[in-house]
Amino acid sequence: MLAAETVQVPLLEVEGLFKGLHKEDGTLEVLQDVFLEVGPGEIIGVVGPSGCGKSTLFNALAGLIPIDRGRIRLNGQEVPNIRGQVAYMQQKDLLLPWRTALDNAILGMEIQGLKKSRARKEAMEILKFFGLEGFQDRYPHELSGGMRQRVALMRTILCRKKILLLDEPFGALDAITRLMLQRWLLRVWMRFRPSILLITHDVDEALILTDRIYVMSLRPATIKRVVPVELERPRSATEKPLIDRKAELLRLLEEEIVETET
Amino acid sequence: MKRFWMDSILPFMLLVAIGVFWEAAVSIWHIPSYILPSPSRIILVIGERWNLLVANSLVTLGEITAGFVVALIGGVALALAIHSSRIVERATLPLVIASQTIPVFAIAPLLILWFGYGMGSKVVMAAIIVFFPIVINTVDGLRAADPDTISLLKVLEATPRQIMLKVRIPQALPFVFSGLKIGVAVSVIGAVIGEWVGAREGLGYLMIHANAQLQVDLVFAAIFCLSVMGVTLYALIGLLERHVVHWRGA
Repeated sequence: MLAAETVQVPLLEVEGLFKGLHKEDGTLEVLQDVFLEVGPGEIIGVVGPSGCGKSTLFNALAGLIPIDRGRIRLNGQEVPNIRGQVAYMQQKDLLLPWRTALDNAILGMEIQGLKKSRARKEAMEILKFFGLEGFQDRYPHELSGGMRQRVALMRTILCRKKILLLDEPFGALDAITRLMLQRWLLRVWMRFRPSILLITHDVDEALILTDRIYVMSLRPATIKRVVPVELERPRSATEKPLIDRKAELLRLLEEEIVETET
Repeated sequence: MKRFWMDSILPFMLLVAIGVFWEAAVSIWHIPSYILPSPSRIILVIGERWNLLVANSLVTLGEITAGFVVALIGGVALALAIHSSRIVERATLPLVIASQTIPVFAIAPLLILWFGYGMGSKVVMAAIIVFFPIVINTVDGLRAADPDTISLLKVLEATPRQIMLKVRIPQALPFVFSGLKIGVAVSVIGAVIGEWVGAREGLGYLMIHANAQLQVDLVFAAIFCLSVMGVTLYALIGLLERHVVHWRGA
């Protein structure tokens, strides 16, 4: 299988994005001149030290917080944010405890006004694909962490959006479950071909999944480097080109650690 | 199973022990029954005056139930208003809290004056008492929704109405039930005080009446009926809670 084709018209473009937290004693710059590009069907990674403002970037893109300056373009059209065009998934599964797995999965469709019965039917069709067959009537507390996260992934896919914002989606899982879910995400991507913007602090995860990695610096966060991965999928963390890129990424991130210590 | 044993048998055994001690104390020290009737005598009276007790219990139960329903509807409505409007919150919440400093005993005569000797004044009394825990708990419950979940729904372009119906209200349900449980205990107090101050029927009325005639055993029988009623209502609400808030217990 090939890596996603390189960009023709970027689906999403971000340019010169600035965002500060405004407090009484002045402004704390969080994002400084952030740029990125997501092509149709690409998986793009954003890595950076904890607390550097990765989630702020996502919240700004999703329209949960306003940006100070900068341009966001969707299919070449300038937009204030991309709310309504994206589905969103976090480290926390955010499943509603009073809803069954199936009804959690259809939350997005329900909000879009789809009838419950139709949404359920549609969800049932891909239930097996997410390895949740037979678990549709279970409540979240009856499911394992990995299963809950798959329900969340299913909910994200069923929103039927072109872009998925994934904010450390597997961060709370153990290493083995995380590997399994990364494979799952790839299968989901191969089947539905969404564009994915993936925040992670797991360098391996970024290398295994993404086409391109934007490395962010400490606050105020800027894009320090763009590292193209462009290897065939599925990838293994042990192959040579991946290890080379990993070394580069780790070097870039280590510089940030040194800067904090001084 | 062991848990069930501990939870239900131990209190029951303690109750029996107290009863035995009480029975013994009354007979050893020859306490006259117009001061303190023995448990056996109370049980006897309950049997003898069964019809009277049931009739009056039903009156009080009706008052409590009606007051409860009024408070539930009014309380949840006010809580929704407080939650959705800053102005309503600022205006009413301090008053709701301040109103709690007024003892219901103090306004009981006024309520009798305004709503009469019948059930109306007792319903109002019970409702006033139950209102507060329901409002406060429901407001807390509506605020308890996880901000990240709310963000998720906003990103999915949910309307405020959808957020309310799909997240906030279900999230508030366990809190509403906590309010109901507190409410059920105090509602009994409300209705009985109302009946003490002025009534023609009901367990409170029966107690005042019996007390005046030195029928202390009947007073105790009425108290017994009241506590059975309170415990039963509490258990019913617990049962309903387990059914409605099914995702919690497991």
